[in-house]
Amino acid sequence: MSDSGLKWRIAGGSGDGIDSTSQNFAKALMRSGLYVFTHRHYPSRIRGGHTYVEVRADDEPVKSRGDGFNFLLSLGDSFARSEKEGAVYGKEKLKPLSENLDDLNEGGVIIYDTGLIDEEATEEINLEERAEENDWHVYPIDLRGLAREHGREVMRNTAGIGFTAAMLGIETEPFEKLIGEAMSGDAKDANIEILNIAYEQAQEMETTHDLQVPEGSHDEEMAMMSGSDSISYGALDEGCRFIAGYPMTPWTDVFTIMSQNLPHFGGISEQVEDEIAAASLALGASHAGVKAMSGSSGGGFALMSEPLGLAEMTETPVVLVEAMRAGPSTGLPTKPEQSDLEHVLYTSQGDSCRVVFAPANVREAYDQTRKAFELAYSYNLPAIVVYDQKIQGELRTVPIDFFDREPTEELEGVLTEEELEEAAHDQAGKFQRYRHDVEDGSNPRSIPGQKGGRHLATGNESQAVGHIEEDPDNRKAQMDRRMRKLSSIREDLDSMDSSHQTYHGPADADQGILVWGSQQDTVFEAVDRLNARGEEVKALGVSDLMPYPESDVTAFLESVDDCLVVEMNATGQFRGLTQKELGRFGDKLSSLLKYDGEPFEPGEVVEGFESSVNGGEPPGKNMVIEPAAGD
Amino acid sequence: MTAFSAIGADVESSKDDFTPGVEPQPTWCPGCGDFAVLKALKGAMPEVGRSPEEVMLVTGIGCSGKLSSYFESYGYHAIHGRSLPVARAAKLANPGLEVVAAGGDGDGYGIGGNHFMHTARENHDMTYIVFNNEIFGLTKGQTSPTSPKGHKSKTQPSGSAKDPVRPLTLSLASGASYIARTAATNPRQAQEILKEAIEHDGFAHIDFLTQCPTWNKDAKEYVPYTDIQQDDEFDFDITDRREAADVMLEAENRLYEGEVLTGRFYQDSERPSYGEEKRSTGEMPEQPLAERYFDDDVEWERSADELVGRHT
Repeated sequence: MSDSGLKWRIAGGSGDGIDSTSQNFAKALMRSGLYVFTHRHYPSRIRGGHTYVEVRADDEPVKSRGDGFNFLLSLGDSFARSEKEGAVYGKEKLKPLSENLDDLNEGGVIIYDTGLIDEEATEEINLEERAEENDWHVYPIDLRGLAREHGREVMRNTAGIGFTAAMLGIETEPFEKLIGEAMSGDAKDANIEILNIAYEQAQEMETTHDLQVPEGSHDEEMAMMSGSDSISYGALDEGCRFIAGYPMTPWTDVFTIMSQNLPHFGGISEQVEDEIAAASLALGASHAGVKAMSGSSGGGFALMSEPLGLAEMTETPVVLVEAMRAGPSTGLPTKPEQSDLEHVLYTSQGDSCRVVFAPANVREAYDQTRKAFELAYSYNLPAIVVYDQKIQGELRTVPIDFFDREPTEELEGVLTEEELEEAAHDQAGKFQRYRHDVEDGSNPRSIPGQKGGRHLATGNESQAVGHIEEDPDNRKAQMDRRMRKLSSIREDLDSMDSSHQTYHGPADADQGILVWGSQQDTVFEAVDRLNARGEEVKALGVSDLMPYPESDVTAFLESVDDCLVVEMNATGQFRGLTQKELGRFGDKLSSLLKYDGEPFEPGEVVEGFESSVNGGEPPGKNMVIEPAAGD
Repeated sequence: MTAFSAIGADVESSKDDFTPGVEPQPTWCPGCGDFAVLKALKGAMPEVGRSPEEVMLVTGIGCSGKLSSYFESYGYHAIHGRSLPVARAAKLANPGLEVVAAGGDGDGYGIGGNHFMHTARENHDMTYIVFNNEIFGLTKGQTSPTSPKGHKSKTQPSGSAKDPVRPLTLSLASGASYIARTAATNPRQAQEILKEAIEHDGFAHIDFLTQCPTWNKDAKEYVPYTDIQQDDEFDFDITDRREAADVMLEAENRLYEGEVLTGRFYQDSERPSYGEEKRSTGEMPEQPLAERYFDDDVEWERSADELVGRHT
């Protein structure tokens, strides 16, 4: 798609209600028949600090943030620290305006709240000059004053929405309805009044811009969902009824959604002392016969390393989710990055024997979370869904029918008591839980409390009933058997009707882009634009990271002359994985990397591709190109 | 109809039922105190009317962790320090299981100390046996969290500068609702205490003194011991936190002076277990969660019916 449509950004301080206002705005647009996509940017702070949310809306499906944005509603930061306090962060009040100007498109619209941002102060940032240069349309409005007069100061967001709606040609009705759904009494009445007064005032104003919201309609009912929602709903629909966790941004969203819903779904949620405990509880619940999950972000996931290895060795199924954020260490706690790939693939001692998926979007997050549970519980091993702050928070429009699925009711990979009667036992009557001779590598398990199923599950190497065993032949046979699960799973995944890998662009293109996880849809938008400009390029979006989709990627790389690997990290981890798994293509693969805390915009991928292929100017915006081996 | 018919089955069991076949034979050193834990546990289980397949024994790492190899039941031999989080989740998943966790003093009071504190705080209905030999045995004799101050080892060549952990006091402060100390040298008391601990509806912690004849030769054999319930010096109310705390302090001090005080130190039978608390807040189902997957009558909730509507 082209970079058309509305790209509305609301900016303010943390705690100013930016998030909820943007969600309502996006939802109103969705209800009016548009497709929406949101992008959140926020600091690691509770009150104050510049934050913004972009809402991109169009009459056709939107799958990525756009290039910059074209409408700014700047509220000012009501929690800004005064310069008199010796704040070293500059003029905080002004930041929701000043920090956003660089990304505002030519011809863009600005509304700012003169209640918080002095018109005189805008001289310091040369607003007038810059507006003239860029053909911006600037509307200083006292949103705070209007809100104070008719309600309370915090309702200035509603006033801003009223002005936005009038200036873009959107009816107030969907907004009124949303206010009614969220509030009652005086608060509801005052907000609706403010919305309408703002709307009327804006209509009377003389405006100079042309930007309007496109008209659209949906053939089916739509829902607006985040990746955290769909990971959680996928887990619930697949029969997950236990979660244990410890708060950490950005994983906390999934933990919260699960904790709020599990009791109504008959399940249990546990907030515990640390992430070692969280993962260990998930193993304990799973071993005792419940589909269980845990998760964290980078640092907390590091603490889960040892329980993760225990799950591999004892063959205890579990699903862990890892919400990546920029590292190392605390890094940028609220910003996305794809730098934990090697971490999730290899953390814990010994050879990895786990499933790892990296979904691209809301739909894939739902599907792949379900698949992760299915495989974990069928093959009795851990499965990881790795995502990032981008997938976690971005909202997208999805048809509600997408979620109309049958739940999974059984616990795969276990025997009933009747089946245990027929199963193999040792002379002392212990169940042979870990036999060497299973073709796909996975033995079914028994659950404590079942008659005829007692055995030992141990993190030591063990023989058939779980007794600790250091015999070399047994060791080799058990290792080989456990690793065999990965090849069996790969066969399963390759025979699915719809692959987790996504192809985009003309099949006969001779240039390729390889991308994984959350950046896939952004790259696909860039591919469309590149082809429209006459480039011949196609992309492969990869979600299966372990077991690696060897045949899919090999066929793709064989079909192109060169391939650019796009990822959000500094060392090209996915490119490295690809070369390691395939053992070749080093001279075809170059990298486009970004690790400044902001996800790629489609235009940046276009620019990066052109400069990598055509050797043009090095790309801007903190992007780095690493050439292919030998180049 | 239950999918777990071993649970609550009215079967007589004996010590032998909790003994594996010919193998594996315990690999503990001759004279090791760990044998006494195994024996007491095997003796206590038939007394409380449990059979091997309704018992889940979760152990940590170290000589003590081998308990799950030599005790016949469902066993989970986890990682160092993490027996408690595994065990308490199993109890939540299937409350009918008799859940016992066990590990050493390094495992429970050192690396797993955080889990000890929180599992006690939550008062899960389970039994936790700490094999306290005041030493790291399997790694060949390093100073442990309960080694006395001044204890010399290869890793503390000039003698430990640290005061030892006070296991009983720590347990009380953390919230355990049954706290006892026994010793390998006192098998009759050990079995009685284990029986009580298993029957107690809440988190029962037993600091089990297990001599290490190989790596802690200097340590006493935990004899002579004094049963505080039998000694007039300790006339106190085990349901009173303050009185219990005084006696615990005394027992912890005197251990390092050569006097071994054992017995029951604290019991609160009134406090609801974590499972009961969680059910009362509506956050734990009445039916054991593990039964759900085997029960054809369960209506499985769908996100499409319950949740997706909030997003439209």
